[in-house]
Amino acid sequence: MSVGAGSAMSLVLRRELTLSFRRPDQLLQPLVFFLIVTTLFPLALSPELSLLRDMAPGVLWVAALLASLLSMEGLFKSDAEDGTLEQLALSGQSLGVIVIAKTLAHWLVSGAALVVISPLVATGLAVPIEAFPIMMLSLAMGTLTLSWLGAIGAGLTVGLRRGSVLLSLIVLPLAMPLLIFGANATDRAIGGETAAGALYFLAALCVFTTSLAPLAATAALRITLE
Amino acid sequence: MSAPAYRLDVDRVHVWRGDRHVLKGTSFALAGGELLHIWGPNGAGKTTLLRVVCGLLRPEQGTVAWLGQSITAVRADYQAALAYASHEPALKSDLTALENLRFTVGLKRRVSLPELRETLEKAGVGACADLPTRVLSAGQRRRVAIARILAVRAPLWLLDEPYTNLDTRGAEFMSAMLEEHVDQGGCALVVAHHDLVLARPVRRLELAA
Amino acid sequence: MWTWFYRLASPPYVYRTAAAFAPWFLLIAGIAIAYGVIDGLVFAPPDYQQGNAFRIIYVHAPAGWLSMFGYTLMAVAGAIGLIWRIKMAHAVSAAVAPIGASFTVLGLVTGSLWGRPMWGTYWAWDPRLTSELILLFLYFGVMSLRAAFEDPARGDRAAALLAIVGVVNVPIIHFSVQWWNSLHQGATVMKFEKSSMPGSMLWPLLAMFLGFMLFFGAMLCMRLRGEVLNRERQSSWVREMLRA
Repeated sequence: MSVGAGSAMSLVLRRELTLSFRRPDQLLQPLVFFLIVTTLFPLALSPELSLLRDMAPGVLWVAALLASLLSMEGLFKSDAEDGTLEQLALSGQSLGVIVIAKTLAHWLVSGAALVVISPLVATGLAVPIEAFPIMMLSLAMGTLTLSWLGAIGAGLTVGLRRGSVLLSLIVLPLAMPLLIFGANATDRAIGGETAAGALYFLAALCVFTTSLAPLAATAALRITLE
Repeated sequence: MSAPAYRLDVDRVHVWRGDRHVLKGTSFALAGGELLHIWGPNGAGKTTLLRVVCGLLRPEQGTVAWLGQSITAVRADYQAALAYASHEPALKSDLTALENLRFTVGLKRRVSLPELRETLEKAGVGACADLPTRVLSAGQRRRVAIARILAVRAPLWLLDEPYTNLDTRGAEFMSAMLEEHVDQGGCALVVAHHDLVLARPVRRLELAA
Repeated sequence: MWTWFYRLASPPYVYRTAAAFAPWFLLIAGIAIAYGVIDGLVFAPPDYQQGNAFRIIYVHAPAGWLSMFGYTLMAVAGAIGLIWRIKMAHAVSAAVAPIGASFTVLGLVTGSLWGRPMWGTYWAWDPRLTSELILLFLYFGVMSLRAAFEDPARGDRAAALLAIVGVVNVPIIHFSVQWWNSLHQGATVMKFEKSSMPGSMLWPLLAMFLGFMLFFGAMLCMRLRGEVLNRERQSSWVREMLRA
């Protein structure tokens, strides 16, 4: 009567989502951070609409990156602190299945949530509505890729002092390619040009990361658990 | 109907933590129907030994074998056959006792919610089933952890200081559950810094600091 | 053949062998670099386009190449340590990291100095230099991660995994930075085709490559000995050696 990988994954997903929604304040924090950071730029530079439109891709993407990173630390931290991470590791399920389920659940409540409120932020940055679909598609793929990279970083740094700073230090250089492709796709969409090239590269990066990162994140977690 | 022949073999395990040689060639064998009490002073490596037996920590030298096979070869199956209780009760404070059990036991075997409620009742915390564990007392949380061990129905129990925070009744209950498990052919490895008082004679392994 | 491999994993053997190799590496490196510097700075003709400024290539190109080589070596050594659990491999990885990072800094500084006469500014987000900068961040990440662990064995394993993840990402980063640059600037790519260089310019460059590589090797031997001593300080062979 053992439990298959599919049922295990859905059970862990339910666990993660249940836990996330029991703390709605923690759910909202990265989103609010996203809003606040994007507000900083017009204040620091200028509210002139054409300038905002020019810098919108960069501001959106950097803010999304930083907001996602902020919540990444929590992926394994709570479980490591109360000892439930070990229980998951000893559940008889492959640790990879658990890592995949946790990362997907995390992306749903952070990255996907960012994508959903991105039109709100984009409006504040004078992004035309026609650019929204491409912007949201690129943000969806970008935040998913970032969640995988963040899972590797979180697996390596959970339990370390100043782990959150180290996590950002590790993940940000690895995230530069996705920033380049994603911001470019958004930029081209704003300019009304085709964003196909950048989107294809972003998609390739997303697929590549999704296939290999779970292995690395699982290995990282095993090192941490020792 | 004979119980399957469970057997855990730990052979000359060495573990270093930084510069400290924590485990120096520890060896023992544990068969079905046996209980081994691991004791020793603080820092002797009791918890480290337990984590090696769990398969969480790979020793620099030595092997651990379950049913004759090295646990690194059959890791998932081995871990499905064990129930581990750490020093902390390992419960999510935002989840209810029932949810905690559901999300851990449910990964090991298909189990229904009424069955989990029954197990919580048996452990004396049936009334706490729908309360978030953060409002439970330390003793109640320990009982929920015991309920988890019972619900998993694993042949090998690895328990680290299972009597922590238990009152006299709780301690009696824990001992009764240990006896029942071992009588039914299961194996148990118990780390405790105090004496274990059970109806049966207890084998002991002392770890020196 | 395997006995050779196992000896490589023995700390006293590594300690003694590194001591034997280091002075020879330094000697040959010194000769090669001396030749490269003199021939490159004094005798090679000035480039018709860049004048004398091109001469910085004699330091910049080898430094850039070694920064990449260093990271790859760090990742490979880390992988060997992780997969086969060989402690000496982790020692090599730990020893290489600061050396590789230093060559990366050297590449960035020389690249920046080269930029001044070429583009009029010390930093123009040229794709090669930008990739080098990201590589430096990756180095810092690995070194910081290793240092953050209290248990050095876990620190080694974590750093090794990060180095492997980094090495897989380096080609991706290179490609994406090239792509980004081609969209926005295009003019500032530092192109210096080695195959189109005349012999009088090429020979000193090759000598510098050789000299730098051997210098890298000498530094690695010396740092490795320090790492070995530190990691093995509790063992009997070290204590006997120090007593003697």
